[in-house]
Amino acid sequence: MSTESPARLAVRKTYKLYIGGAFPRSESGRSYQVHSASGAFLANAALGSRKDARDAVKAARAAVGKWSGATAYNRGQVLYRVAEVLEGRHEQFVSEVKAAEGGSRKEAAAQVDAAIDRWVWYAGWSDKIAQIHGGANPVAGPYFNLSAPEPTGVVAVVAPAGSSLLGLVSVIAPAIVTGNTVVVVASTDKPLPAISLTEVLATSDLPGGVVNVLTGKVAEIAPWLASHLDVNAIDLTGVTDDTLAKDLEVAAAENLKRVIRPADPDWNADPGVSRMLALLEIKTVWHPKGV
Amino acid sequence: MDFQYAPAPESRSVVDIRSSYGLFINGAFVDGRGESFKSVNPATEEALADIAAASAEDVDAAVRAARHAFDTVWGPMPGRERAKYLFRIARIIQERARELAVLESLDNGKPIRESRDVDVPLVAAHFFYYAGWADKLPYAGFGPDPKPLGVAAQVIPWNFPLLMLAWKIAPALAAGNTVVLKPAETTPLTALLFAEICQQAELPPGVVNIITGAGDTGRLLVEHAGVDKVAFTGSTEVGRAIARAAAGTRKRLTLELGGKAANIVFDDAALDQAVEGVVNGIFFNQGHVCCAGSRLLLQESVAEEFLESLKRRMASLRVGDPLDKNTDVGAINSSAQLARIRQLSQIGEDEGAERWSAPCELPSRGYWFAPTIFTGVTQAHRIAREEIFGPVLSVLTFRTPDEAVEKANNTPYGLSAGIWTEKGSRILHIADKLRAGVVWANTFNKFDPTSPFGGYKESGYGREGGRHGLEAYLEH
Amino acid sequence: MSLTAEVARSQGALRTFLHGLPGVDQVGAEQRAAMLGTRSIKTTAKAQALDLAIRMVDLTTLEGSDTPGKVRALCAKAVRPDPADPTCPSAAAICVYPAMISVAAEALRGSGVHLASVATAFPSGQAPLDVKLADTRAAVADGADEIDMVIKRGAFLAGRYAEVHDEIVAVKEACGDAHLKVILETGELATLDNVRRASWLAMLAGADFIKTSTGKIQPAATLPVTLVMLEAVRDFRAATGRIIGVKPAGGIRTAKDAIKYLVMVNETAGPDWLDPDRFRFGASTLLNDLLMQRTKLATGHYAGPDYFTLD
Repeated sequence: MSTESPARLAVRKTYKLYIGGAFPRSESGRSYQVHSASGAFLANAALGSRKDARDAVKAARAAVGKWSGATAYNRGQVLYRVAEVLEGRHEQFVSEVKAAEGGSRKEAAAQVDAAIDRWVWYAGWSDKIAQIHGGANPVAGPYFNLSAPEPTGVVAVVAPAGSSLLGLVSVIAPAIVTGNTVVVVASTDKPLPAISLTEVLATSDLPGGVVNVLTGKVAEIAPWLASHLDVNAIDLTGVTDDTLAKDLEVAAAENLKRVIRPADPDWNADPGVSRMLALLEIKTVWHPKGV
Repeated sequence: MDFQYAPAPESRSVVDIRSSYGLFINGAFVDGRGESFKSVNPATEEALADIAAASAEDVDAAVRAARHAFDTVWGPMPGRERAKYLFRIARIIQERARELAVLESLDNGKPIRESRDVDVPLVAAHFFYYAGWADKLPYAGFGPDPKPLGVAAQVIPWNFPLLMLAWKIAPALAAGNTVVLKPAETTPLTALLFAEICQQAELPPGVVNIITGAGDTGRLLVEHAGVDKVAFTGSTEVGRAIARAAAGTRKRLTLELGGKAANIVFDDAALDQAVEGVVNGIFFNQGHVCCAGSRLLLQESVAEEFLESLKRRMASLRVGDPLDKNTDVGAINSSAQLARIRQLSQIGEDEGAERWSAPCELPSRGYWFAPTIFTGVTQAHRIAREEIFGPVLSVLTFRTPDEAVEKANNTPYGLSAGIWTEKGSRILHIADKLRAGVVWANTFNKFDPTSPFGGYKESGYGREGGRHGLEAYLEH
Repeated sequence: MSLTAEVARSQGALRTFLHGLPGVDQVGAEQRAAMLGTRSIKTTAKAQALDLAIRMVDLTTLEGSDTPGKVRALCAKAVRPDPADPTCPSAAAICVYPAMISVAAEALRGSGVHLASVATAFPSGQAPLDVKLADTRAAVADGADEIDMVIKRGAFLAGRYAEVHDEIVAVKEACGDAHLKVILETGELATLDNVRRASWLAMLAGADFIKTSTGKIQPAATLPVTLVMLEAVRDFRAATGRIIGVKPAGGIRTAKDAIKYLVMVNETAGPDWLDPDRFRFGASTLLNDLLMQRTKLATGHYAGPDYFTLD
């Protein structure tokens, strides 16, 4: 009988969906294989379905009240906390981004650094965007008149296909910092950093349901989100197929969803405020001034 | 004593209506290639003028004229020079204010008191406001060097013909875009007079093009491949169709659509002013207002008393000749709209709501509908859900603030809302909870060029007015 | 128990009632008043309104320099405002200081024109109650059939509603058969909420008329203040069945202004108040402008002040 211990077998992670703060498998029971940039098998990811999308929208809608009702200060703290927790898992994300996107470890590290910094950047916007984008209007009459931005509600997001972490963070953070909740369809080919990010979100005091992440095929899931009448806006950034994008826009017109469809964003550039503004409503309140 | 006000008609002679109007393309009036149609005075059913209809070729010519003006004149022009054109237009509007007001009332049916005291002054104010932005765009908050989009296709409704024109054209021009605007089929006349004003102002040809026609012309315009931006105000149904048509084109789109606003009256409201606000909320402009307070939500503890006051006040509304300076409620804009109002009112009765109309004598000719309220309405009634776009108010009740908010928000629309209470903290709380782009607290139907206007949900997207109104016309 | 008795039984009950009245939004009230001011009253309606306005004028002189001669001239003017036109109606009343009542009574005898006197230490009201009551009784004894009293604004603003109320009750009693107009002096009440409360307080205490102003304080009568008072009399009638009159006084100088008030009466309290027993104008120069407009309407050309008597 040998006394020598065998080499320790690593414990693999099961990549699941993230809905309402929980990590369920797809209700369809399906999965698909995810490979690295170089073609090696990485993991089986959940192949999300129509019903997963439905559940995710339900969770996102349920979270709107509490998240949009939280103070801007609180939302800023939570986003900053995400950056803190992400920083602590820096090395893990470098490995995952490198595996997903290829390139050097240094290049992957730059992506992770930028993603962390992006959370910090957006965290600071939580209590400033209303000051930049709202304010008193000098109406010609005896009225107090104030315009303030409010979140539009539930936002469906098709995450960028290529930039698995920085691009993903760059579409989630501007949506949620102002109080929206999101249902994200992660990059089909590079979904693993997205799922790992949900683990960060789940441990950063972000209420369940604020961010929901589905993995699977964009062409299968996105149409259900685009046509869902309880979704207020849709971000088509990650839709690469023009025909699909058009179909999704047509479906989104049914309840006049706000649609974001930028042309080929540069995730390393200054993000500006346009993404935040696109997912905000302006509410203007009038009141007479008298004695 | 019975004090009857003698007729006090505004003189029609201040306006000279031509027998026919062409299309305003590239700075000149040209014949339309479509089949012309008549614009009718809804108060008398008298035909006012023949109006050209733009064909596909005409639309194309207008878009090309706008593109050429954008590329060669208006786009390159310094903002300070664009500003002066807009100031000039604003001044001419003030100079010709009475003429515009009379023409608006003739073509639209709205009371002269409103066209004179509300519409036209706001039109001038809107041009003044945006004139000042033309050379200050870097300060608007959309980046250090915001650029115009190019050619804007703009389609406007018949309820505030000239005001909606101002809401569309003033910010577009200030931002450096050129426009092709289509007024509504039933109310083209003030837009055509505005074209003359552009000529008087010596605005470069092609910067503003005005083409007339029905829905087909509008569709041709918004679907034209040469436009960069589509701005539409009108029904949610048409807005949806435009959004579908624009899918995949990357045209920038703003939509200002329907509404079914709740006007919430709490039992501690300043009741006399609340009654006025409710009356103004639904009977202003015959209720042809997308942000009209068409659902009255009354707190049960004050409902009976309030309704009594409301009916008494409604009985004093003066319905009739739009040109009479004492008219409060004018004519319904078209026979089609009248038919829709009648149909929905009939549905209200059929569904069991109780109908009450103000006692008033309606003229025998023209399109008229007496100010009407329905009581005993619930959220399940169609008249509580569908936009009637007429002088018809649905009255519902509530018991608690939460119930009021729930009912107010229980609609696919989200354009406006009203709150009436003397308690400040309640106003701020309820205003926060309402999903609507404009919340009027202890007032209603107030508009200002500095104040952004636009809806949540199916009431559309984008804002018009204020600094926010520039966003729709800038690349950023 | 009637509303008046129930509410008046204590300072606490009065306060609870008055503070339970709906508030008045100043901006909304001013806009409603301004909108009514845009009514265009022409031709036959204008003729009707001008004659009515003349019949509603309390032709007033309340000066330290008043003399019997001045008062007699004013009485003649009230009885026959336009000597050249016998169809011109008389004014509603003459309004003078107590010292001038007997002169005025003599001059007005048999004319049907009422004789109003200010009393109760007009215009400040700052005198002991027994002095005010004596003032009132003397005025009535001298021949006044209408008494215009002032309320204690200091007590009202300090929230001592019972004190104000009880004083009005006492003066009303001292009036006997004479009609009591209670001057709220709205220019000192500062807010429309106070105007509404003071209106109700006066009506609950037995006023026959509520009147805006002494004319000695600015602002005097305004359209928004009168609007709130008209709403008050309308609502008081609905609650009690009693019709109380309204009298704006001070600052109404032109026929155009007067017609705006009549439109407001018509569309707020209603046609029942279009009657000199229910609505009055406290004014002096107004009458001549009404006469000039009346002549313009009748003759078709503009009149000049030289053609109307100065008194």
